[in-house]
Amino acid sequence: MKSMAELIHAHPFLAGLPEPYIATVAGCARNVVFEAGSYIIREGHSATEFHLLRDGHVALELYSPRGGSKVLQTLGPGDILGASWLVPPYRWTSDGRALDRVHAFAFDAVCLRGKCEADPAMGYALMQRFLPVLMQRMSAARLQAMDMFGAQA
Amino acid sequence: MTSNDPPASPTAEAGHILPAAHFDALLTLLHEDGFDVRGPRVQGGALEIGKLPNAAALPQGCSATQEPGAWRLQHTGTPAWFGITHGGMSWKALLHPARTRLWSAERTADGFSVHEDAGPAKPFAFIGVRACDLRAIAVQDNVLQRGPYVDAVYNARRNGAFLVTVDCAEPSGTCFCVSMGSGPAAGSGYDLALTELDAGSASHRFLVRTGSRAGEAVVQRLGLCEATHQDSASAKAIVEGASARMGRSMDATAARATLSANRESPHWQDVAQRCLSCGNCTMVCPTCFCTTVEDTSDLSGDIAERWRLWDSCFTFGFTHVAGGTVRESAGARYRHWISHKLLNLHEQFDESGCVGCGRCITWCPVGIDITAEVAALPQDVS
Amino acid sequence: MSAAVTQLAPVPLRVAAVVRETADSVTLTLARPDGSAVGPGAPGQFNMLYPFGIGEAAISLSSDSAETLVHTVRGVGAVSEALGRLRPGDWVGVRGPFGAGWPLEAARGRDIVLVAGGIGLAPLRSVIHAVLRDRAAFGRLFVAYGARTPRERLYVAELEDWQARSDIDIAVTVDAGDAHWSGRVGFVTALLANAPIDPARCIVMACGPEVMMRAAARQMLGRGVPIENVYVSLERNMKCAAGLCGHCQVGPLFMCKDGPVFPFGRVQDLLGVREI
Repeated sequence: MKSMAELIHAHPFLAGLPEPYIATVAGCARNVVFEAGSYIIREGHSATEFHLLRDGHVALELYSPRGGSKVLQTLGPGDILGASWLVPPYRWTSDGRALDRVHAFAFDAVCLRGKCEADPAMGYALMQRFLPVLMQRMSAARLQAMDMFGAQA
Repeated sequence: MTSNDPPASPTAEAGHILPAAHFDALLTLLHEDGFDVRGPRVQGGALEIGKLPNAAALPQGCSATQEPGAWRLQHTGTPAWFGITHGGMSWKALLHPARTRLWSAERTADGFSVHEDAGPAKPFAFIGVRACDLRAIAVQDNVLQRGPYVDAVYNARRNGAFLVTVDCAEPSGTCFCVSMGSGPAAGSGYDLALTELDAGSASHRFLVRTGSRAGEAVVQRLGLCEATHQDSASAKAIVEGASARMGRSMDATAARATLSANRESPHWQDVAQRCLSCGNCTMVCPTCFCTTVEDTSDLSGDIAERWRLWDSCFTFGFTHVAGGTVRESAGARYRHWISHKLLNLHEQFDESGCVGCGRCITWCPVGIDITAEVAALPQDVS
Repeated sequence: MSAAVTQLAPVPLRVAAVVRETADSVTLTLARPDGSAVGPGAPGQFNMLYPFGIGEAAISLSSDSAETLVHTVRGVGAVSEALGRLRPGDWVGVRGPFGAGWPLEAARGRDIVLVAGGIGLAPLRSVIHAVLRDRAAFGRLFVAYGARTPRERLYVAELEDWQARSDIDIAVTVDAGDAHWSGRVGFVTALLANAPIDPARCIVMACGPEVMMRAAARQMLGRGVPIENVYVSLERNMKCAAGLCGHCQVGPLFMCKDGPVFPFGRVQDLLGVREI
């Protein structure tokens, strides 16, 4: 049976991270499974864990009393779920609903933040992985907001 | 002439002499050879290019003043027959017509049948083509005949055309052909090149240089005398005088670097404050070739036609695509026009799209001067 | 002079089939008899289509069929809307094919990434057909397709066929889902982040709005794809399709005869200039 360190090292988000860092962050990780339809995160709730998706898909949604739930974006294998655990007040900014059976690694937020604080070099190495993903998502969200595929767009 | 012939006499190298009194013999010969002979004519206070039955129809005794935003005919009584460099109309009006029907079509049991319009019945002979306009014809040849696709309409009108140029003795107020390397003496591409000598005297005559076999044959059939070295020197002096009196210039090499470095210059907004986007410059420019098409049908819907019209990159709809227009601002449209002339045509066809004729300056209602606009851009610092 | 005098007159072809794709898009199949004056064309090339008496529009080929011409048309103006009203048995005039197509030769032996946005799937569908026809000649085929909404997806039945096949990896996303949509939501470039490709040996072909193609190209460059292996298809106003009318110029390039497909490196600086 593979160790947690071996398992998380195979995830695209962490691939290539130096072994000692992998070993360190593996200490904060556990395997999780979510059934289709279940909510992995809820807007406004404490961001106590963040997830690396291994299998299955997650819809990020926002609910409004007038419009109901609206899907903003879907995530799939290889994606990260959520960055709110990094930024005060550590509350999720959207709902995350499993669209099918989701396998993921869950990292304890307090544990991971503590390790990043204790080893800023490792923290920086992790931030270098978060930032490109967040930039890419921001760029995609802006393009999505342009609604450019309409006939007159 | 064959390569075995003895070397031509020095006088033959200098060209031949067509006495003014015999100018009609040239026109008659061209008419008899079946050419549709066209040349400069004064009509309605302007200089146009019209049918030229005889030399008397030339703008004899007339001059014109040209300056930014103005062209004025003057009956000065000048003895020169070719005293006006040019008007707003250029030879492209004949070779690349402003409005032409490409075809008509009729619905049939098998869809529809299309009838393409034939070209002109007679080949053109142009009398009095200026050096700048000769270069302009060469530019349009490159665009419309030398690419992967040949334009059928231009091809039918251009092939077989007989070109008689006249060197300029006096530049107009907006000319800058010297700096563009296109005048005032005709370069290559003519059949016959004339220089008008001693107008107003009993020896009023034209020095004739030949530029093609067809031109040589015409000289031979007219039985022209050989020119003297003195004739040749007089012609040279006339051209040099015109060059020296040219009041405008443009550094064409620097213009390429300047334009490519200034695509985002605020100067384009400055031009846009003055430019009316009227498109006059594109209509009078002898190298501008852009066209649009208009499809029409009759009331029954069974007969349809396609017409081709000159278009201008200054119109708002020129770059229309689903969703909008690409070049919305007048500044962008001016930038496109001037960049195409002075920069992009080099890359496309290995030559400048500007021949220094100055028409765009003269016919701009607000006198925007292409040479001044280039000079006003920040110089390339790289 | 080797060039032929360009064809002015449209050739009448019969509409063999019409498939309504979306509320404003149809796919026309035009019969092209053997020996037709209109060539079959290559993926990425386009024809000028002429609904009788209305006008002419440049429309890309959306299949690589040799026997027929297949064009997907979105109704955005008088001509394209008239094309959308054609019925089987009607006649449509055709001039073409024109332009430089997709780099299928260069793609042989390589992985292929297609990035399609909106109607931009139509010209890339001809690439998919060509690759499937000669599947062994190419490496992996990854297709990222973004539509505005589920209802605005083109080729819905064919998308399902492709998704069921093991020799294409296709991901479809929409900008905005609806109550029945269980697929992906988000912009098409989000599909590229984890696309299973080898950047060193893939060819990228993108077609869609320019802002989308620029973003997709940059993202693939960021993943390590050499710029010379990234291609985009551009659109400008066209009248003649033969480099003679001047309308489609972007800087020194004529979209009609130099393009519409260009290596991204050849156009990226031009596309960064506003209103060029």
